[in-house]
Amino acid sequence: MTFFNEKSIIETINMIKVHNLDIRTVTLALSLRDCCSEDVKEAGDKIYNKIIKYAKNLDKYASELEEEYSIPIINRRIAVTPISLIGESCKNYDYVYLAKVLDKAAQEVKVNFIGGFSALVEKGCTKGDTALIESIPEALKETQRVCSSINLATTKAGINMNAVKKMGGIIKETARLTAENDGIGAAKLVCFCNSVGDNPFMAGAYHGYGESECALNIGVSGPGVVRAAVENLPKDADFGTLANKIKQTAFKITSTGELIGRRMAEKMNIPFGIIDLSLAPTPAIGDSVAGIFQAMGLEHAGAHGTTAALAMLNDAVKKGGIMASSYVGGLSGAFIPVSEDAGMIEAASKGVLTFDKLEAMTCVCSVGLDMIAIPGDTPESTISGIIADEAAIGMINKKTTAVRIIPVQNKNVGDKAVYGGLLGEAPIMPVSKLSSETFINRGGRIPAPIHSLNN
Amino acid sequence: MDENKIIVTISGKDGIGIVAEIASVLAKYEVNIEDIRQTIMQGCFMMFLLADISKSKYSFKEIKDSLTQAGTKLGMEIWVQKKEIFDKMHTI
Repeated sequence: MTFFNEKSIIETINMIKVHNLDIRTVTLALSLRDCCSEDVKEAGDKIYNKIIKYAKNLDKYASELEEEYSIPIINRRIAVTPISLIGESCKNYDYVYLAKVLDKAAQEVKVNFIGGFSALVEKGCTKGDTALIESIPEALKETQRVCSSINLATTKAGINMNAVKKMGGIIKETARLTAENDGIGAAKLVCFCNSVGDNPFMAGAYHGYGESECALNIGVSGPGVVRAAVENLPKDADFGTLANKIKQTAFKITSTGELIGRRMAEKMNIPFGIIDLSLAPTPAIGDSVAGIFQAMGLEHAGAHGTTAALAMLNDAVKKGGIMASSYVGGLSGAFIPVSEDAGMIEAASKGVLTFDKLEAMTCVCSVGLDMIAIPGDTPESTISGIIADEAAIGMINKKTTAVRIIPVQNKNVGDKAVYGGLLGEAPIMPVSKLSSETFINRGGRIPAPIHSLNN
Repeated sequence: MDENKIIVTISGKDGIGIVAEIASVLAKYEVNIEDIRQTIMQGCFMMFLLADISKSKYSFKEIKDSLTQAGTKLGMEIWVQKKEIFDKMHTI
């Protein structure tokens, strides 16, 4: 005889129906290391054929699982080996061509984003890395689904300030070339410190060097569920109670993700990789990380106390989630993308959530400065300064940090950039008018930090 | 955990023939009902049904689609899910 519990059934259905519980992404991570060739066309053919071979049923199987468990799987995605490596063997570099190949393959297998137009240059650039970086603006202009990420720093190597300087210009040029869509190209470009090779989330997903031939990684979501759980507690519940409630909720979210991930891997006949137990917001009302801060008792995201609230949230999510899965990985934590979170958008529009506060929050959150629109006339060196600050936070604190900002052409503070869908909309936020130019122009590398005398 | 166990959850306004309609669909699709419970919650009729689809020659999707149709006909909200999701989510 099998037993069931009506309360659990009602709770699960409520989480899905009312509080937007979903599987954010099933991501096929795929090595393309066997796709190198001296001839770029041949490399392109190998890449295309391999992606089709492995991913042809990704969408079909994900749809079947949605049916079987009645839980939405929002995105199907692919992460591949950093393309700088694959294109580097070609006699004539043509990274834009390879980006188009990725785009075509992604379209063919019905995935909305493919990540891995990437280079890892924390210590320095090879010729291929440089060529890839220089091709990013055109590649992102010419493609719809390709996402690009560059790792510029690690705790072990320090910060490659030459690359940081270069990326300031690349981000600006990418936004300029896609200006008719409020610089959406830059929304698909992220600069990392301590990037991870098993992240299933975009724009930063790629299949790292130490990973296996292929794997199925999964990213869950669920800010709405956590918010509801926190709201149901008495307003005077102490932080121990609050943390426990978040842990219990994270466990439920993660175990659901683990189930779907394993079933998906079985269907595709590939190994299950990791579950990324992130709280990823969407612009939908109620599906907001900022909303969790409000449920905790802060007037808005940005109030004093927000960093503490985020730190506790991030830690409790990890503690609860880690019990629910054998392999937790990726970025795992709470994301704070401004344009993708209704509460953040509101707080930023009112001017109560500032750029500086967001920077402080990135010291304790999952990733970094994410989906922030800034004035189009921001100097390249200021963008590089923002990247350097964020990389420094990651390097010193041994965590992943990232910058995904969009200098929106011809728009200024008071205007709004609109992307639609999961990318949402972003009020243009002011950045410092002070110059960082002489500092950024120094070039070279900020040395790796000492790991003792921690003060 | 058993992949062949499904939970059917039906909710809406109480009326005549709800259980009969759902049960007849399940019978037609050769699905064995193992347990049924019903309750009124906040004025709303709710029925939970545990069933085994292992002996059915129909696919999960076929069974789900016909149950969904029956739910629409009755004017009830109906969820058909593999039981695993509840077991996994609520058990350590």
